[in-house]
Amino acid sequence: MNRAGAVPGAAGVEAGPGERRGALQLARVWPAVAFGIAGLVLWELVVVLGRVPAFLLPPPSAIAAQIGAQAPVIVSTAAVTGGNAAAGLVAGFVLGVALALLAARSRLVQELATPVVLAASAVPIVALAPVFTTMFGSTTEVARRLVVTVVVIVPVFVSTMRGLRQVQPVHAELMTALAATPWQHARFVRLPGAVPYIMTGLRLAAPAAVIAAVVAEYFGGLQNGLGSRISSAAANTAYARAWAFVAAAIAVGLLFHLAGLLAERLVTRGRS
Amino acid sequence: MSSAVSLSGVDKRFGDVHALDGIDLEVGAGEFVSLIGPSGCGKSTLLRIVADLEQPTAGAVLVGGKSPQQARLDQDYGIAFQQAGLLEWRTVVENVELPLHVHRVAKAERRARAAELLALVGLDEFAGARPSALSGGMQQRVAIARALAPSPRLLLMDEPFGALDEMTRERMQAELLRIAEETSAAVLFVTHSIPEAVVLSNRVVVMSPRPGRITEIVDGCRPGAAVVSDLVPEDVEDVRESGSFFAAITAVREALRKGHE
Repeated sequence: MNRAGAVPGAAGVEAGPGERRGALQLARVWPAVAFGIAGLVLWELVVVLGRVPAFLLPPPSAIAAQIGAQAPVIVSTAAVTGGNAAAGLVAGFVLGVALALLAARSRLVQELATPVVLAASAVPIVALAPVFTTMFGSTTEVARRLVVTVVVIVPVFVSTMRGLRQVQPVHAELMTALAATPWQHARFVRLPGAVPYIMTGLRLAAPAAVIAAVVAEYFGGLQNGLGSRISSAAANTAYARAWAFVAAAIAVGLLFHLAGLLAERLVTRGRS
Repeated sequence: MSSAVSLSGVDKRFGDVHALDGIDLEVGAGEFVSLIGPSGCGKSTLLRIVADLEQPTAGAVLVGGKSPQQARLDQDYGIAFQQAGLLEWRTVVENVELPLHVHRVAKAERRARAAELLALVGLDEFAGARPSALSGGMQQRVAIARALAPSPRLLLMDEPFGALDEMTRERMQAELLRIAEETSAAVLFVTHSIPEAVVLSNRVVVMSPRPGRITEIVDGCRPGAAVVSDLVPEDVEDVRESGSFFAAITAVREALRKGHE
């Protein structure tokens, strides 16, 4: 709920700092933008003047031309890969939080689940993807979404567990004094207290979900995503095209990162 | 009418540490009793035993004629700690509602009760604010309002003003006197401060260092009901400047010193 209603004039006061923060962010962002542009120019110059062969490194201008030429394909393949990443992210998030809640509730579940999840964190995607593709067939997205799910569960589970353990002693005493049931303790104190940790887990998992979705496509299956296009373009020595799809994969990853960051900010605002 | 709290022969040991030794104490209905003593004398432990957050090793405890556990389950007491312990993800009014929420009181009813209590502690205009927007003193007032939510006959307070600056602390003491009078709840109040104990209490229970024993019980200077009913901080100021106030402070100080010998 907003504080503006309670503190008269607060909304008027907040407009000022808001504007200043916008200017401040611009001031903070421009060196990075300038650095990126300078890097691209340098890259172009090195490739053109140094006569670097295209299979080694295509110039940014060629990649940009490919992005333009392939725009409709890039958008549709990015949507497929992004969709797989999103589906796996949601599934992994729900499973990770649910598993952590169960583990926090029961010692048995904790002792069973923790090593399994930690083992899952050690499984390389490159090992999992071909196995899942064979298991679930190469005409569905299930295998790819499962790979993403496995990758996402780990950070979400670990950070949720950490959050659920962060109960302040005074809150625990209060719930005891109020004769709250274990379920009420979870609902009123543990879970809301863990929310910032859960959101941090989601933020960390979001870009990893995109990486997993792209890599999972390298191991066969439908040829409708960014990963498939990158590997087929590279196999056909169309290096500039491959790089165009790589750029799209980076953009999707950044988009997920920003979405995760935004979700975290929105959910935890107003907390001290 | 049974006493608010009745302790007889209460003993508490934590392993080899003898924390409390043979505590006998009655707190009458509506009475304000302070526990004072050096750090580690077990005064907080005694309060926690009354609250059923700690079990006595020996002795009998009755809270409003019931076992402490039954009293806790029935929400017969409200409790405030040194830290306000507000839930930062809930608004001020939602924090005050928490005890009623836990006990499944309907939303409209608990919202009305919380609004009443926020008016009582003078924070009605902050109902929708987050706790982080409030000062330490205001947070502690919210915590007191929360403790009062189930209309308890007994208020347990463990150094609730310990972390506040002196001026805020004196204002809060005046506030608490008024609230205790308006709700006619008995109060068991743990403190480190001799003036605080004297100005608030009907009786000040002075405890010795470990193992905690009751050295002496001194009459406090709590202003009478007539004064408190429309109490302003200046009235408490008058109490603080009266001769009986200094006499009571001296008595408590001597009792504390006696406990050390």
